[in-house]
Amino acid sequence: MEKIYYLPTHEYVKIDGEFGYVGISEYAAKQLGAVTYVDMPEEGDELTANEEFGAVESRKAASDLYSPVSGEVVEINEELVDNPKLINNNPLEAWIVKVKINDFAEVDNLMDPAAYAEFCEKEH
Amino acid sequence: MENEIKTTCLHDRHKTLDALMAPFAGYDMPIEYAGLDIEHCAVRNSVGLFDVSHMGEVEVTGPEATQYVNHIFTGDVSKMHNGQCLYGMMTNEQGGVVDDLLVYRYNSDKYLLVINAANIDKDIKWIATHALDYDVKIADRCVDYGQLALQGPDAEKTLKAVLGIDGSSLSFYTFKNLPDGEIISRTGYTGEDGFEIYAAPGRIVDMWDALVAAGVQPCGLGCRDTLRFEAGLPLYGDELADNITPIEAGLGMFVKLDKPEGFIGSDVLAKEKIEGPKRKLIGLEIEGGATARHGFEVLDLEGAVVGHITTGYNSISVGKNIAMALVDARYGTIGSRLQVKIRRKTAPATVVKKRFYTPNYKK
Repeated sequence: MEKIYYLPTHEYVKIDGEFGYVGISEYAAKQLGAVTYVDMPEEGDELTANEEFGAVESRKAASDLYSPVSGEVVEINEELVDNPKLINNNPLEAWIVKVKINDFAEVDNLMDPAAYAEFCEKEH
Repeated sequence: MENEIKTTCLHDRHKTLDALMAPFAGYDMPIEYAGLDIEHCAVRNSVGLFDVSHMGEVEVTGPEATQYVNHIFTGDVSKMHNGQCLYGMMTNEQGGVVDDLLVYRYNSDKYLLVINAANIDKDIKWIATHALDYDVKIADRCVDYGQLALQGPDAEKTLKAVLGIDGSSLSFYTFKNLPDGEIISRTGYTGEDGFEIYAAPGRIVDMWDALVAAGVQPCGLGCRDTLRFEAGLPLYGDELADNITPIEAGLGMFVKLDKPEGFIGSDVLAKEKIEGPKRKLIGLEIEGGATARHGFEVLDLEGAVVGHITTGYNSISVGKNIAMALVDARYGTIGSRLQVKIRRKTAPATVVKKRFYTPNYKK
C-alpha cells in the first residue's frame, strides 16, 4: 500500500522508494477553488522540510507551499503548467514536485491519513 | 478585547446556501456560493444578487444640509437634481480619502450618504465632527437598512418579474422611494446595469427569498471584487486610503474644485491638480500566469521599487493577467515597461488603461 503523510499546512508527500511526490490535499484544493497557476521550483532546487518552496493560486487567493521533507527536486509536474486545474480534479494524483528524500526520519514528524483527517475535521 | 464579528440580516440565508464565509470589514460575509467564476459570469451575462447589507447609511437633514454635504464631499451636491445619486469622496485636510461614497439627494434639506462598511465608525465620527458649524442633523441609519444589489443585463426584467418593481423609469444614477419606504437606485459596483435596494431588514430578507426562489444566482464578495476590478472601480483599502488622494487615484472627474466655498482638502487637491500628482494609479498587463496581488512590489527595469500592486487578478471577462498599481507618476505612461515582484520571481508588465472591461451601464 502507498504511504502518504501530511503537514498541517495541507501538503502531502507520497512515498515511493527513495522519492517523495509532494502535492496539496483534497481539503486544501477544495478550500482554494479552481487553481489558476502553480508557482513551482526548478529541478535541482533543494527543499527544506517545513519551508516554503512555491505557491498554488486560485482566482481568489495564493496559498504558499511548504515542503513536508528535505531533498532535491528531481522532477516538476510539467502537466500543471498548461493545466493547473488537474489539482482540483485529483489532488493526490496531481503531484507538484518529485523530491529525492534526504532523511526519512523527517517523515515521523508528519501526520498519517487518519491523523490528518481528524486535523481537518477540527479546523473546519 | 476582540470585537465580536457582526452579521447581516441575511446571515441565516448564507448558511442555508452553504456559502463559503469569511470576515470582511467586521462582518461575517459570503465570499462565494456556486463558485467565483460562475457568479461573476452570471452578473456579466444575465443577473446576480448580492447581500451588501454591511454598507453604512447616514442621513443628513436640515436647512444647511446642502452647504454641509458640499463642505465634506468632493462633488457639488448643489447642482444635483432631487432623486439623483452622485459618486465622490470625503477627503481630509491633506487631500487623502477618508472614504468614497454615494450621495442620494432627496431635496436640498435631505441627503443619504452610503459609506463603506470598513469605515463606518471612522466616517460617522468624521461626519459628526465637521457638522458642528452647520444647522444639520446627522442620523446613523446603518441598522435601519439592509441592502441588496441586483446586477446584470437582466436586472430590470428580473426586478419587474419577481418583485413587481418597475425600474424602467430610473436612469443611471437616479433613485426613487417605493410605497413602503424602500429606496431603489440604478447603481452598482460591477460594471453592469443594475439596481441597489435599501429597505428594513425584514423586507430585505423577503426580497432575497423571492429572488433566490426565482432562480437568481446569489453572488458573494469574491466576484464583487473581480467585477468591480475589471471595470476599473476602486475599492477603499486597496486603491483608496487616508494617504492616497483622488487625483492620484485618477478620480479627478469626481472632484469639483470650482465650488465657491471649497471643501475639506480642496486647496491641497487644487495645487496637486496643477502640479500633477507624484503617484498615479495605473493598469498593468502582466506576463506569465502568476497573479500580482495587493502589496506586491512594482519595479522598474533596473529592479528599483517604484510602487505597489493595489488589486490583481487572473481576469475572467478580459482573459488576461492584470492588476491595478499605485506607482511613481513618472512610470505611469501607457505602454511603459515595468516588472512585478511575485514571491521569488519577477514578471514583466506593461502599463495599460485601468478600465480593463468596458461597462454596460444604461445611461
